[in-house]
Amino acid sequence: MQQSLIKELQTIVGEPYLLTDRESLAVYGYDSTPELERLPGAVLLPGTSDEIARIMRLCHGAGVTVTPRGSGTNLSGGSLSTGGVVIQTSRLNRIIEVDEENLTATVEPGVVTSALHREVEARGLFYPPDPGSMNISTMGGNVAENSGGLRGLKYGVTADYVMGLETILADGELLRTGGKVVKDVAGYSLNPLLVSSEGTLGFFSAITVKLIPKPQGKITMLAHFPELQDAALAVSAIIAAKVIPATLEFLDKVTIKCVEDYAHVGLPLDVDAVLLIEVDGHPVVIAEEAAAVAEICKKHRCSSFQTAQTPAEALKLTEARRTALSALARMKPTTILEDATVPRSCIAAMLKVIQDSARKHAVTIGTFGHAGDGNLHPTCLTDERDKDEIKRAHAAFAEIFDAAIAMGGTITGEHGVGLAKKKYLPKLVGESGIRVMKGIKQAFDPKGILNPGKIF
Amino acid sequence: MDYVKLINCMRCGMCLPNCPTYKETFLETASPRGRVALVRKLKDGELDQSERLLEFLSLCLDCQACASSCPCGVNAGELVAEFTCERKSDTGLNFMEDLVLRKLVPHPDRLETSMVPMRMYQNTGLQKLVRTLGLLKIFPKPLERMEGLLPPLPARPLRQEIREVTPAIGTERGTVGFFLGCVMSLIFSDASRATIQLLTSLGYRVITPRNQVCCGAPNMLGGDLAGLKEAAVTNLSVFGGYDVDFIVTDCGGCGAELKKYGHHIEGEQAATFSAKVRDISQVLALHADELRAQLKPLALKATYHDPCHIAHCQGIRKEPRDLLKLVPGLEYREMESADACCGSAGTYNINRPEMSDRILKRKLDTIRDSGAQVLVTSNPGCLLQLKKGLADHLPQVKIMHLTEILSRSISG
Repeated sequence: MQQSLIKELQTIVGEPYLLTDRESLAVYGYDSTPELERLPGAVLLPGTSDEIARIMRLCHGAGVTVTPRGSGTNLSGGSLSTGGVVIQTSRLNRIIEVDEENLTATVEPGVVTSALHREVEARGLFYPPDPGSMNISTMGGNVAENSGGLRGLKYGVTADYVMGLETILADGELLRTGGKVVKDVAGYSLNPLLVSSEGTLGFFSAITVKLIPKPQGKITMLAHFPELQDAALAVSAIIAAKVIPATLEFLDKVTIKCVEDYAHVGLPLDVDAVLLIEVDGHPVVIAEEAAAVAEICKKHRCSSFQTAQTPAEALKLTEARRTALSALARMKPTTILEDATVPRSCIAAMLKVIQDSARKHAVTIGTFGHAGDGNLHPTCLTDERDKDEIKRAHAAFAEIFDAAIAMGGTITGEHGVGLAKKKYLPKLVGESGIRVMKGIKQAFDPKGILNPGKIF
Repeated sequence: MDYVKLINCMRCGMCLPNCPTYKETFLETASPRGRVALVRKLKDGELDQSERLLEFLSLCLDCQACASSCPCGVNAGELVAEFTCERKSDTGLNFMEDLVLRKLVPHPDRLETSMVPMRMYQNTGLQKLVRTLGLLKIFPKPLERMEGLLPPLPARPLRQEIREVTPAIGTERGTVGFFLGCVMSLIFSDASRATIQLLTSLGYRVITPRNQVCCGAPNMLGGDLAGLKEAAVTNLSVFGGYDVDFIVTDCGGCGAELKKYGHHIEGEQAATFSAKVRDISQVLALHADELRAQLKPLALKATYHDPCHIAHCQGIRKEPRDLLKLVPGLEYREMESADACCGSAGTYNINRPEMSDRILKRKLDTIRDSGAQVLVTSNPGCLLQLKKGLADHLPQVKIMHLTEILSRSISG
């Protein structure tokens, strides 16, 4: 990167917030994606959206690429840059407003998801999206990746809550889309396009999300299943019974063991699967729903059915589930996680495909995930130094993706395409899909400076 | 260093929200994940051992909050400490490190003598004069910091006063060896006196071997693994001479280090020793009912600060709180992020004053918000740091060691 450009960038953000030393660049070369590293040219930590606009203008003029980064918890390599500028949003962490009359919150992109939860829940309000990494993931990253979470089944994902965006475009101009209005049909709906654009269309400087009243109560349950397939069938049966739990999470035997090793919450080590189920809402309604869930689980041969007795006990269970991905890394140094997603009626079939592929390619795959919304996380436990095993792991995943597509599912439910799943995207969306996406990219970023090389 | 420990970090970022230096800077180089990556890249030959890299690593407090929050079981703080030890074993200790870690710290008598001028300085009124005239400004910054941190010293170090054997009060239920920490003896002797009183009142005979030496934690902190091992060997042999049920300490730092002797020194003796080590709160919690019967009301609002060496290194969180809640009339107020470091971290508050002050400020804010009148903790480093912080910014809040407040409740 040119020295003169670096000087100008430094003038914009101030000396401590521009990093170009070898050591710093090296540790901004990764995010949470296994096997991927790139070396950026500079890292910037701007403190205002005006600074971002000025950085964009400068980089646009100089033809230097810009990649946004929150806390670096991306799982598809989306926050990595080769030789370009990385903008870390952490300092832009103000909750600008919680509007209790319109039930909205407006935040800067670097606000940590769980900080927003705390702020709105203190006022009896609720922002449902809760990705596994919510204690450190940022709202900007959540919007750019359209993050899901444990409560996706009942409440949907980030896209379902984004009402308005302020986006700084490639040339530094500001684009305002949506706002606090519930209905808005003026022109193309650009919000859904920007959500999950993975930093390739613009840089969010302010995000307005929808809030809902906080559910009055919740009941957290844990069902043990000696047979994996029974757990999967119970999932479909619960949905078919017209009960929509807030959370319906699945953990297989390998995952249970790893999570229990870390969290010590009393998960059973002698069963093939557990379901973590949470129903929330009006106390009378959830009591009925919990009873229905219990009956369905028993009908599907669960060996034990527990209900958390205190909020602390419930929190312990859900927090333990949140650690599943990282806890799996206890078994082997490298964990390759995928998020193939299928229509929820196909969960049992998908689990079988995962098991068969693991066996066929002789790899260990632990599976957990949001069974209720068809979004599983088969996670291959491997060692990056074992090149042959890594190859077999990727072969297994290729099969799993093919199967997901054949079932009418998708290659990624919530982690994004980024670099990691680029090669599978054409299979899913076809030539026309790629052509339209490229056209959109061209309209937003004709010079191609925004997070290049991602998605397609 | 075990390379697998480095590659076990899967970079999920779960450690970031708990790392004090990341919270202050948002810099990846100042995060546990970043530190593990730096060491790994150094091992892989991708980075050189540059001044800057060492500077980044030295920003770590080794509070090990990262380890508490790491689902994969990586301990970034410990890895950085191990790396420092490896490096020092290659380069050797510098003049000052050798002076302090080898010539001073392992010798209790020299350590005690070294404090004499300080005591005189305080007692003769010289301190007041120096402070009034602002003379400290002419000394190097670290010295000025040290001077400010030091509270009034006791007339004599506890080690010189205490009997080798303190008999149990009433029926004897067992014998414990008391590991008297250097700083506890030199500065917080009232707290350790209270510790012995509590133990004896619960029926323990307390043996405090006169010839025990520093636990070796300062050596580990300075990268002097050999010095730590020497300290461990001495203490193992000293305590090996007594048949005790537990080895008790009221210093979080000592407790954490003593529990790791079994890891550093091969053989059954070290393993058995470490298995017997207890933080005072662990022993007291065993006798909660008897203790409750002795406690008289204290109408106070109190909060507890988890020392890193107790919460993160030893995993003890429940016992100190349960003990405080035994005190009749005491209203316990949990502060937010009670297990976040106070910025003391050995000599960090002297070597890294700017970062230490920022971390301290965050801690003081949470103490203020808790509404407590008394801050309770159980590690001398935290006591020093927080005593100074409270005096400067929250003078209405008093600080006490856990055993001091319990002992006060017994006295009524």
